[in-house]
Amino acid sequence: MSIPEGPRANLSQQRSLTRRVTSWFNAHPRATLRSLLAGPLGWIGLVYLGSLLILLLHAFWAKDSFTGKVEPFNWTLDAFIQIASNPVYSTIALRTIGIALLVTITDVLLALPIAYYMARIASPRKRGLLMVAVTMPLWASYLVKVYAWRTILQGNGFLGWALSPLGIEGPGLSEISNAWIVLSYLWLPYMILPIYAGLERIPNSLLEASADLGGRAGMTFRRVIFPQLIPALAAGSIFTFSLSLGDYIVPDLVADAKFIGNVIYDNSALGNFPVAAAFSILPVVVMIGYLLVTRRLGAFDSL
Amino acid sequence: MKRVKGFALMAGLALLVAACGGSSTSSEPASSEKPAGWLESVGAGEGALNLIIWEGYAERGAVDPAYDWVTGFEAETGCKVNTTSMTDSANGVQLLQSGEYDGGSFSGDASVRLMKAGDVAPVNVGLLANYANVFSGLKDKAHNSMDGMPYGVPHGRGANVLMWNTAAVTTAPTSWDPVWEGGAAYKGKISVYDSSIYIADAAIHLMATKPELGIKDPYQLNDEQFAAAIALLEAQRDNGAVYWGTAADQITSFASGDLVVGTTWQYQANMLAAEPAIKVDTTLPAEGSTGWSDTWMMATKAAHPNCMYLWMDHMMSAEANAQATVWFGEAPTSEAACAAAEALSPGHCEQFHATDEAYFDNVWYWSTPQADCADDDAATMCKDQDAWVEAWTTLRGN
Repeated sequence: MSIPEGPRANLSQQRSLTRRVTSWFNAHPRATLRSLLAGPLGWIGLVYLGSLLILLLHAFWAKDSFTGKVEPFNWTLDAFIQIASNPVYSTIALRTIGIALLVTITDVLLALPIAYYMARIASPRKRGLLMVAVTMPLWASYLVKVYAWRTILQGNGFLGWALSPLGIEGPGLSEISNAWIVLSYLWLPYMILPIYAGLERIPNSLLEASADLGGRAGMTFRRVIFPQLIPALAAGSIFTFSLSLGDYIVPDLVADAKFIGNVIYDNSALGNFPVAAAFSILPVVVMIGYLLVTRRLGAFDSL
Repeated sequence: MKRVKGFALMAGLALLVAACGGSSTSSEPASSEKPAGWLESVGAGEGALNLIIWEGYAERGAVDPAYDWVTGFEAETGCKVNTTSMTDSANGVQLLQSGEYDGGSFSGDASVRLMKAGDVAPVNVGLLANYANVFSGLKDKAHNSMDGMPYGVPHGRGANVLMWNTAAVTTAPTSWDPVWEGGAAYKGKISVYDSSIYIADAAIHLMATKPELGIKDPYQLNDEQFAAAIALLEAQRDNGAVYWGTAADQITSFASGDLVVGTTWQYQANMLAAEPAIKVDTTLPAEGSTGWSDTWMMATKAAHPNCMYLWMDHMMSAEANAQATVWFGEAPTSEAACAAAEALSPGHCEQFHATDEAYFDNVWYWSTPQADCADDDAATMCKDQDAWVEAWTTLRGN
């Protein structure tokens, strides 16, 4: 008799505890929501923002020049003074931002006709094929694509060979324009896809109405399609701009140039974390500004 | 078909890229007082070993089954080897300081910092049977010993050499002149290592061409010497030098014929030997060169010291040292290892000058630039590591 009673009593105790917890949550729906979100929000807050905060703090900490050890809470502005007092850092920043803008503009110009053809002209079968063609490069490793471009661009490479009948030499691997070409190639799909989605969303009736009112192709594009595409363009440009801004492998491998990312990498690799951290604040600030502008343009509506 | 092969090669290379520096060892067993981390005897392995390595320094046959010097060690000692590859010396220092590791293979620009900071322990080399076989030229050096005590055992060493394409550079150079003053003949075709440590290469050239600067150590430069080195580097840059960050980067540029002369590791020249279209040759120029000598060191707070001692002894054994140094392309550390290397790669020790102390006398192993010039003279002031990095950024960023 007494033997089965023990476990049974335990079980019912457990049950009542579970019941009490669930009924408490039932009575407090807000607490339910909060505890459900605690995990993912904790992840973002601690792991994601926390690491950014530590990065930010490093920019204001001193370090031992010999051992490379950062001295936490030993506050100094040395890293910022170093960056401000040497004009090379602003040269590099302007070069990086300039190339990122150029890449974005190039990708818009390339992506618009392709996306328009896909969304509004191509037959469903062709559209499927084009979609595969656009996304296919994303299946290949980034590094493989960069190395492929090296073989195209190098002095005795494919481009040099193709241009040789015209008496033009290959560009070689130390031209800054190489970075522009390769980055434009790499991020093009990220521009095509949002524009395609944006174009698909425009109802046919609008275009018909424009035609009925005498709008020709150019006018329809300028007055009807383009204004509705601005959020999509802004969304795509976030990808092309931010990815170009942060890239350091392409400039190193095809252009032999230093971008913001290269300076951050070089300094962190050789142990000057405060300078690396201070300089990394710059692209963060640039991107925050960029996101604020694109948000006003409605970019987040079409992400 | 050939291209595809080239690509596979390049991918393999990219994996292997690593830097190096550091080096050798040895001395009399220590005195009666026991420093932190000192071992009086090697007991049974603790079952695990956590190492910081240069990529390619602990192979278990995953790439080429013929090169596996980890599996046998694990079976024999019961020490399960876990490795973390460092991206560079500073990264290695940080990893060791995390306290998670038993030790690692460090170059001179990391090993000195670790010894001075007390992060690595002196090694009781009397407990390591294979230590006696190591070339004496690798023992008791500044990068692997302190106060007469060895702080590690050597892994291998090599020099940064001058490489040229024999079709473009018809007279074999004997100095670094083609990449410096004589560079006008190779405008836009000069290959240069993209790291601040390369400033030392300019300093080595200045030691020969401008003795009035009084450079004694290419890693410890005062303001005037440093400015002269930077001026030399600026002239080189303005002559259209092309900078390589990884070995694969340089190999593709030489293989295509874009670049014809520059500084390299022997490794790249070996890889290019497989390219039928071009022929390269290398030399250690008369001025001497920079180089590296890597050291296995044990963390003061190692959780598995017995396994670490067993590993250090293992890495000096003929078979393991031969495999590891042939795999990476550097000089083995003992006569016995040379004999074993002969079976893997005929002529290996000759090619990498393993026994040629005169060759390595001309090599300045990578080391850390220090504000106090790394000497006892309080009056001298030198450019420190940070100044070197910033100068390199300025040189390359404009």
